[in-house]
Amino acid sequence: MQAKKRYLTLFSAGACLILLFCFGGIQVPLSRGASRRDDRSLAGYRPGARWRHFPGSLQPFSPREQDDHNEHISPRQKRDANLGVYGGKRCRMESCFDFSMCKKNGFKVYVYPQQKGEKMSESYQNILSSIEGSMFYTPDPGQACLFVLSLDTLDRDQLSPQYVHNLKVKVQSLHLWNGGKNHIIFNLYSGTWPDYTEDLGFDIGLAMLAKASISTENFRPGFDVSIPLFSKEHPRTGGERGYLKHNTIPPYRKYMLVFKGKRYLTGIGSDTRNALYHVHNSEDVVLLTTCKHGKDWQKHKDARCDKDNAEYDKYDYREMLYNSTFCLVPRGRRLGSFRFLEALQAACVPVMLSNGWELPFSEIIDWNTAAVIGDERLLLQIPSTVRSIHQDKILSLRHQTQFLWEAYFNSVEKIVLTTLEIIQDRVLQHTSRSNLMWNSLPGGLFTLPQYSTYLGDFPFYYAKLGVKPYTKFTAIVHVVSPLVSQSQPVMKLLVAVAKSQYCAQVIVLWNCDKPLPAKHRWPVTSVPVIVIEGESKVISSRFLPYDTIPTDAVLSLDEDTVLSTTEVDFAFTVWLSFPDRIVGYPARSHFWDGNKERWGYTSKWTNDYSMVLTGAAIYHKYYHYLYTTYLPASLKGMVDQMSNCEDILMNFLVSSVSKLPPIKVTQKKQYKEPMMGQSARASRWADPDHFAQRQTCMNKFASWFGTMPLVHSQMRLDPVLFKDQVSILRKKYRDIERL
Amino acid sequence: LVRLETMYASGKYSSRGPALIPRMKTKHRIYYITLFSVVLLGLIATGMFQFWPHSIESAADWTLDKRSVHDAPLVHLPVSSPIPERGDLSCRMHTCFDVYRCGYNPKNKIKVYIYPLQKFVDELGVPISSTGLSREYNDLLSAISDSDFYTDDVTRACLFIPSTDVLNQNSLRIRETAQALAMLPRWDKGMNHLLFNMLPGGPPDYNTALDVPRDRALLAGGGFSTWTYRQGYDVSIPVYSPLSADVELPERQPGPRRYFILSSQTAIHREYRAELERLKEENGEALLLLDKCSNLSQGAASARKRCCKGQVYDYPHILQESSFCVVLRGARLGQAALSDVLQAGCVPVILADSYILPFSEVLDWKRASVVIPEEKLSEMYTILKNIPHRQVEEMQRQARWFWEAYFSSMKAIGLTTLQIINDRIYPYAARTYEQWNNPPVVKWSSVNSPLFLPLIPPRAPGFTAVVLTYDRVESLFRVITEISKVPSLAKLLVVWNNQNKSPPEESLWPKIGVPLKVVRTKENKLSNRFFPYDEIETEAVLFGYEVWREFPDRLVGYPGRLHLWDHEMGKWKYESEWTNEVSMVLTGAYFNYLYTYKMPGDIKNWVDAHMNCEDIAMNFLVANITGKAPIKVTPRKKFKCPECTAIDGLSLDQTHMVERSECINKFASVFGTMPLKVVEHRADPVLYKDDFPEKLKSFPNIGSL
Repeated sequence: MQAKKRYLTLFSAGACLILLFCFGGIQVPLSRGASRRDDRSLAGYRPGARWRHFPGSLQPFSPREQDDHNEHISPRQKRDANLGVYGGKRCRMESCFDFSMCKKNGFKVYVYPQQKGEKMSESYQNILSSIEGSMFYTPDPGQACLFVLSLDTLDRDQLSPQYVHNLKVKVQSLHLWNGGKNHIIFNLYSGTWPDYTEDLGFDIGLAMLAKASISTENFRPGFDVSIPLFSKEHPRTGGERGYLKHNTIPPYRKYMLVFKGKRYLTGIGSDTRNALYHVHNSEDVVLLTTCKHGKDWQKHKDARCDKDNAEYDKYDYREMLYNSTFCLVPRGRRLGSFRFLEALQAACVPVMLSNGWELPFSEIIDWNTAAVIGDERLLLQIPSTVRSIHQDKILSLRHQTQFLWEAYFNSVEKIVLTTLEIIQDRVLQHTSRSNLMWNSLPGGLFTLPQYSTYLGDFPFYYAKLGVKPYTKFTAIVHVVSPLVSQSQPVMKLLVAVAKSQYCAQVIVLWNCDKPLPAKHRWPVTSVPVIVIEGESKVISSRFLPYDTIPTDAVLSLDEDTVLSTTEVDFAFTVWLSFPDRIVGYPARSHFWDGNKERWGYTSKWTNDYSMVLTGAAIYHKYYHYLYTTYLPASLKGMVDQMSNCEDILMNFLVSSVSKLPPIKVTQKKQYKEPMMGQSARASRWADPDHFAQRQTCMNKFASWFGTMPLVHSQMRLDPVLFKDQVSILRKKYRDIERL
Repeated sequence: LVRLETMYASGKYSSRGPALIPRMKTKHRIYYITLFSVVLLGLIATGMFQFWPHSIESAADWTLDKRSVHDAPLVHLPVSSPIPERGDLSCRMHTCFDVYRCGYNPKNKIKVYIYPLQKFVDELGVPISSTGLSREYNDLLSAISDSDFYTDDVTRACLFIPSTDVLNQNSLRIRETAQALAMLPRWDKGMNHLLFNMLPGGPPDYNTALDVPRDRALLAGGGFSTWTYRQGYDVSIPVYSPLSADVELPERQPGPRRYFILSSQTAIHREYRAELERLKEENGEALLLLDKCSNLSQGAASARKRCCKGQVYDYPHILQESSFCVVLRGARLGQAALSDVLQAGCVPVILADSYILPFSEVLDWKRASVVIPEEKLSEMYTILKNIPHRQVEEMQRQARWFWEAYFSSMKAIGLTTLQIINDRIYPYAARTYEQWNNPPVVKWSSVNSPLFLPLIPPRAPGFTAVVLTYDRVESLFRVITEISKVPSLAKLLVVWNNQNKSPPEESLWPKIGVPLKVVRTKENKLSNRFFPYDEIETEAVLFGYEVWREFPDRLVGYPGRLHLWDHEMGKWKYESEWTNEVSMVLTGAYFNYLYTYKMPGDIKNWVDAHMNCEDIAMNFLVANITGKAPIKVTPRKKFKCPECTAIDGLSLDQTHMVERSECINKFASVFGTMPLKVVEHRADPVLYKDDFPEKLKSFPNIGSL
């Protein structure tokens, strides 16, 4: 019995063990399960368990189509079918825009004539005059690809004094309206209290919207354009420059994050601003709201209002704006607010809190490079988010705010032109700008894809692409006087220039009234000399983008310029370092004449300069294209008529693109032979009116540009060992010292 | 599953029990029963406790590796099982996506959970998909599970991926698939769920998005049109080409190819084919139009051959022989041919109106492809001819890079999709345009400085001069006196680098008009010069301020050591002719910051240990970041340094010179490149050496005597 009992005990113990062991097989995962739970509570991550790649052969899916699917519907019919189906809120360029209207004359914009008795806001007037002054404008509706109403549609808030009544009827009665096809409607405000809908109060048909505060829900991608909300005071042209003048390292300003604005207490869009006080710490995060707005604010006020209002009055908005690293841009009643542009200008990185706002020009601007896109739902995380942003990132965000502000936002004209260029890019699809052209200096308005779609053909992207400009130049000699002798300056010039190791080709632009001289009359050179007979013989033709220029660089020359091969070589090596600027020899300066309240031009020897003469200067070929297409006919016509100021205009243009001064090389003050005998007759510099004309030019140009783009420089660049007390044999450009 | 096994085991146990019990005395019987019951209950409890709470979520994943796909648990879908709503076209991240699930984390990375595999069948036992899990979807899911995005903890997940394969809508039963999705335990109206679909729609009208009703789920779809794509919510993905894995096409150097335009798709609508034939007639040999080979039967082999007038070509190899390759829409907008074309480094010419190109949210397709409206097919040749050669080459390179990085495998496609969603959730940490679009070779050779704006700082704030000194007091005082005459000087900072000696008393220092501050360093390090001291409030440091204002993004320096790098390297001994010990560099405060915090490798330590080359290191760093050469400024009239013969005078030490060559090699190897740029110019005042009254010149003192 005892033995039996012992066996039994043993047996049962054994059974227990076996059973335990049985469980043991599962215990491995069991224990894994247990440790997983621990891991989960610690890091939430278990490296062991993964989705396993299933062994064995699974069926691959076949992406190739069978032929028979294709035979049913003709693609053309399919396209036409889209036209009928996708209208209204589902409009896209493919279905609501008639591309054929743009085929013949390119992208031309027509503005309806203004009707008498129609009131129009100043902002809308600015929009229309910007279009009329642009290179897109056509007065002939038959040529137009895009139509702009002369009815003020900017303010569609019924409670607003600017509201235009009976728009529906007025629009329908336009005989070119055509259901809104190929029309664009500008709008800043829509809807009103309490729901602020995005409806304009009239049927826009197939028209595109260029609208502020547009929501992603209503935005028709690739069809509408989201524009920024701008104030009545926004300048038509010119525009304020960005606030940033110098970098501060470390980049932090007095405040980290600021906001100052209204609080709405109730109704649409009030939540976020009502919650701001949670984040406000009155030290480096200063978010101020006031309840004091509207007539009966006292009625709605809540417990915090008085405290908030008191705090609100303590701070000055401008002081905060310019002294903060980040600026909060929360939605108001509408999605967009003025704070956005203000922050951009102030180099205060906008922190967006406006869920569902289609950001301005979102089609082309990569806002992540200039703003922090926050989420209203995550307001409480905002301070830690902005604090986590690295110094380098802050610097580049800040620079980008400034670039974008000056490129697309600082005047009504910029906003309008950007809108039109975006639409043009859609119309000319295969000659449109890449993302890089829009989002890096100098911006899309100065980068015309009709010139080239290749980034390396522009002077701006060499570093970004990691490529270098072509190390040769083409000389263009502008000839206006006949060939009479072989010792004429132009002959010497041709020889000297062609001798340069960097010279690829010489183009002689024959703008002389006399017939072309025989080929053998031109000097024999090692590089090809091409003679082009100017068609119109006007001075602007020297800046035409000739197809015969095979190089990136152009050396522009007057016929009577005196230049040595060494000087050319040296200037060209300098240009290679500054391909987006003009590199020249003699320089001139501008100044503000306080007495006459206008700009002045001086050719005196001064300690600084802001222009170099294009009678001898190297610059990128692209500027020829810009000069010809970007500048208005009025300025070019003025230049041609006077045969003067073309160099000033070129300097204006290049500086407005690069925002930098030109570069003067060497001591050279003049590039002409002293006036003697036969050359004096032809020289336009001898004309006493010449100087006075140039003063006039300065002011005409400045008014078209809306600002003075010229920038002063106090440097000139010389060869490294220039006039240093070392042996002349060690100097590479020794001829320059002898001149 | 596990729970069942446990029950079975306990059943076995109790059945053995009664056979033993009668042989025992009641006393013992009670004892054993109690004992066994306790053990049994304990075991069951342990099992239950360990498995029960998460058996549904995690039971399958560890068993899967032992099983084949066919053993996936079967789930029956009742006919009445709910169907999700059709996708909501107005869905956006802020309306249909629950961002709270993603949380705030320092890594700015979303967590992705994959549901365990289940096999859904309807009440009759018919599966919802004719193919089940495809090889591609399997690849995709395993790639995600191997990535940093993956979590197996459903409670921490921000994004959920069903294991139901919906890549190809043709193989799906729409209604049942939708029901299966709705049955997922965390479905919650599709919130934060991501579906991958490459072949949407079906005959006859081929919708451009997956027809399966899916509530608010995000769709990563191949072949979206602008009408179905929810911008900023959906992700447009490529249609994967299985050839990517099977065929190896080595990358070809960009350049001209034998054919100008190639059309290689087989299922081209006859209207387009007629149009292409017409183009071929007009332009002859430049075009090559291929079709399927009529003598080959359908199958894998036929996919690899193309024919034209009886001549057979290998596909996709033939794509490498053309500059441009036509990718026409078929019944669907997305075409797998696009992937083949990119792989071959051929520039795709895409004719598919309203098509949302793959990953268009982040990829700049204008630099890798040509998009032509279908209407303009007849103008294709002219349009392509107008593209500059260099651009074609760039596009060829770009096309290949897009394929390598984003098209080449299901893994690439899957992880790119997740990264795009990740970038939306953490936009402030999003990858940049350059990161997405620049192929490695461009990333290496291009520069992207955060300070890119052409700023010319106003003169007003002036600059802070930083003078690094050891103990040469007399020389130091002279330098200070000289510098203090510069009009725009705002502050003078002396870095006293000698720990064994105190700086002279305050009264002994020269009297200057600007604040003078002495900073004592803890160690005698050359790098101390470039430390971004708080005292440097203004941006500029030291001399030549005017030049620096115009070139704030460059190093601006006087002769001395920096001079060397303006010139050819061979001439660097020139330095020894100068006897002043203060090498002067004008740097932006940003560069100081870079020097202290961004100097790669052990360069900083090397400099401090050798007491040499800090200037060369700085030049390397700045040239590497800005891609710009330094600017040398005209010498100020020389001042002699009587004490410079002293042993500690850095410049006269002969070993010092040898070391400097070593530095260059050392730094070049650390940087992996030679970033220094050689230029031949220096900056002089506009009227330098001009025959002009000295007193009218801004900088009459400039120039060596």
